[in-house]
Amino acid sequence: MTTTTQTAVKSNTNLVSIAFVAFMGLSALFIAGFASSATLHDTAHDMRHAIGFACH
Amino acid sequence: MLKNLVYSALFAGLAAGVIVAALTILLLVPLLLEAELYETGRLVHFGNVTAVTPDIEVEHDWARNGMTALFAATIYIGFAFVMVAAMAFAQEKGVRVTTRSGIFWGLAGFAAFQLAPAAGMAPELPGMIAAEITARQTWLVGTIAATAAGILAVVFGKNWIHWGVGLAVLAAPHIIGAPHPEVFGGTVPPELAAEFAGRSLAVGAVGWIAAGVLSAYFWLLENR
Repeated sequence: MTTTTQTAVKSNTNLVSIAFVAFMGLSALFIAGFASSATLHDTAHDMRHAIGFACH
Repeated sequence: MLKNLVYSALFAGLAAGVIVAALTILLLVPLLLEAELYETGRLVHFGNVTAVTPDIEVEHDWARNGMTALFAATIYIGFAFVMVAAMAFAQEKGVRVTTRSGIFWGLAGFAAFQLAPAAGMAPELPGMIAAEITARQTWLVGTIAATAAGILAVVFGKNWIHWGVGLAVLAAPHIIGAPHPEVFGGTVPPELAAEFAGRSLAVGAVGWIAAGVLSAYFWLLENR
């Protein structure tokens, strides 16, 4: 009983960590690839073109 | 778990980012710089008149290349975070992840983030005519999400319903269609634009395979 509960709790913690890491990755991609700030656009310009993300 | 995820994604993304930064600066930036000469009007070409191919030596701006390298690392760290998260989730569901299977994870990422979007909107040079930015970004995000979901359903599906839904989701963005400009009239020669589109997909494929293999390698290493 205790073992089952511990396994379930561990698995949930793992899923939360996985979701958090995926969210961090997508946030970085949003900022580098999409955000419309002029500074970000100018500095990320060549990489946005390089990966085929819409730029201007 | 969280520490292992973050470290393996950071190392994998950084290493793949260095490879992509080098390839981008070597193969793609010269074409971007040349396209800007047409965008600003310093060079012109005419569709109906055979123009002599100008013998241009574009000069690298190393401060600008530094920013490109920085964003190559940022973007690939982002890719690696998503990839490692997907690998860890697959493992939780009983899928075995190996460094070798990282090649296929990388190819799947390439298909979702670059190949499928390019099928609707080819990678662009500066000075090309395109549809309105918000419409393009919306289609791009939708296509990435649909392609990733579709690939997961096809690869990990267990019956014809999963596979059928997966294929439908993969096709949906292309049936809807990408936003295209209403008029043509870009300043960049089509030869240059085609060369850029081909090269950018090739660099993307190399970068993504590297990101897949390195993500699997560091993820397995951190969990040893």
